[in-house]
Amino acid sequence: MRDLLECYPPSTEYMLDMLHDLQDAEPRHYLTKEALRAVAAYVDVPLSEIISTATFYTMYSLKPRGRHIIRLCESPPCQLVGAESILDILKSHLGIDVGETTEDDAFTLETSSCLGVCGVAPAMMIDKELYGGLTAAGVVDAVEKVRRNDASG
Amino acid sequence: MRVARGHMLIGINEESLLVGAREVEKALRDALAAHGLAEEIDVIETGDLGATGQGVAISVYPDGVLYVGVTVADIGEIVSEHLLKGRPIQRLRATKKPSTPTGLTGKQPRVVLENCGLINPESLEEAIAAGAYEAMAKILESGMSPADVVETVKAAGLRGRGGAGFPTGLKWSFTANDDQVYVVCNADEGEPGTFKDRLILEGDPHRLIEGMMIAGYAVGSSMGFVYIRGEYALSIERLSQAVDAAREAGLLGKSVLGSDFGFDIEVKKGAGAYVCGEETSLIESMEGKRGYPRLKPPYPGAVGLWDKPTVVNNVETLANVPPILKNGAQWFRSLGTESSPGTKVYTILGQVNHPGLIEAEMGTTLRTIVEDFGGGVKDGKAFKAALIGGAAGAFVCADCLDKPMDFDSLQELSAVLGSGAILVLNEDASIVDLLDGILSFFKHESCGQCAPCRAGSVALKTLSEGIRNGTGSVADLDKMIEIAETMQVMSLCPLGQSPILPIQTALKHFRAEFEARLQAPVA
Repeated sequence: MRDLLECYPPSTEYMLDMLHDLQDAEPRHYLTKEALRAVAAYVDVPLSEIISTATFYTMYSLKPRGRHIIRLCESPPCQLVGAESILDILKSHLGIDVGETTEDDAFTLETSSCLGVCGVAPAMMIDKELYGGLTAAGVVDAVEKVRRNDASG
Repeated sequence: MRVARGHMLIGINEESLLVGAREVEKALRDALAAHGLAEEIDVIETGDLGATGQGVAISVYPDGVLYVGVTVADIGEIVSEHLLKGRPIQRLRATKKPSTPTGLTGKQPRVVLENCGLINPESLEEAIAAGAYEAMAKILESGMSPADVVETVKAAGLRGRGGAGFPTGLKWSFTANDDQVYVVCNADEGEPGTFKDRLILEGDPHRLIEGMMIAGYAVGSSMGFVYIRGEYALSIERLSQAVDAAREAGLLGKSVLGSDFGFDIEVKKGAGAYVCGEETSLIESMEGKRGYPRLKPPYPGAVGLWDKPTVVNNVETLANVPPILKNGAQWFRSLGTESSPGTKVYTILGQVNHPGLIEAEMGTTLRTIVEDFGGGVKDGKAFKAALIGGAAGAFVCADCLDKPMDFDSLQELSAVLGSGAILVLNEDASIVDLLDGILSFFKHESCGQCAPCRAGSVALKTLSEGIRNGTGSVADLDKMIEIAETMQVMSLCPLGQSPILPIQTALKHFRAEFEARLQAPVA
């Protein structure tokens, strides 16, 4: 953890970068208590301030998330071409609501205000992979493909 | 130096990657090698080729042939028929006009997107060959003073492309003198339906770097920052790489092009907050805090990043600066309209045949954009409305189709140009549902600092949901306007001031649709 922090000068200016890096290093994609404390100690600001900042931004989570994060775009362009029904399909296929994690800790379902790929709406991301032109069948396929990759690797 | 006989440009961006661009590129390279063409034909990764939504696109030069929807299976045929025998594969050729013609139609003046899709964004050499850093060199060479640069931008009439349309030269001239002044590029592109800045960053990063250098020279700054949305992984990667390459070549650093002027750039990554697109929130976020907007005045030009004078400009605005300095203010004024010179980069989306990124002169009508660039409304349906400017934008109807679009003429129609997102809606689109989506967005993105926006955005969503599912009443429609008007007057920043626009314009044009929904709820 210390090694990751020391990539940056100990200044609040680099706090978002530090939080990104520590979260990325965690297999469950969240900021652990230890991580938050480490940042607080390193940049020398109260822990409460670090938590205040971390909870403001949607990309950070203070709760453990699934191994994979699904982010469905719910911007107006995606909504116009059926993002809402795609969300229903994802919810029922995974058996979870938005913000929840599947029992096997494989997936967390999130929504995004806009992924900025409106040309291929409706779109979602699973981790860093983008999926566009989603259909009812396609969205289930994408999720299952990730599941199969996990099982084989 | 080896000179290639031909070039094949393959569009690599977030969208093409997801339809297998990487696999196609590999197959192409393999096939060229297998046919002994690897030395003769260069494969170049480029940005958006203007064929959004049409799969993997490859353009072949010098032939000027654009292929779309290319799959791995087509590669063998392209190589053996087109490259070896000179017979282009007709079935793969783009039949629809590309939304950003790569010099194919020659109809669109391209200023900002001039090089997007034509150069390898990861190569400094290609950028320079295409004219990058010429404007900066010209300034230093000719001994233009910072004040001359500001005057040129003022004379060109360049207005901020982030949404507000504030004159850029004026903003620069308002920036105070200090021992340290900062230039910040706002690349926190979060307006729903907008991805123009992403494609500029991914397609021609050196143009932005040069624009920032010139801005730095003009306002007496030696340090610039680019604040990019955390979600834009590829943009962050490409820009960081370009900054490193420029620094290595002596274009950035203590002595720009061997002159006394020093300028450097650091790339900052956001963490997911729409409000950070507001300039003072963005500054707070850069300082490592919650992205709460500051009270204005003082404006960032006086008190900005770390309390130093700071000029904050949008990506597209800065991308316009090098060509203005290179070609002069008069040239820029020859494009667009009197009050809004130049071009505008739009994202055209929704129910149109060719969604994507386009660049058109200011003053181009909505009809031209929808019909010529967008290929018309999808499935031959009738045009119902367009939402211009994203969630913070306005609905306009068919009667606006022939009005020229620029900052001022849209204001006359109680609309805004905003970020340049144009969401086209056909006769089947439900304004009630769409407005509800927009209000969910504001509820989610309200930062919570000031009460009118925090409480108002929740109340608006509650009312809208009631209307959408038919449990509300007609009185709620006026209540929505009342709340949004209060927010407009009382909120601290443009976020809270925005919902009034989509609500008011939706109700102005489509009130009957809302009333009908209340009478006959959708099951």
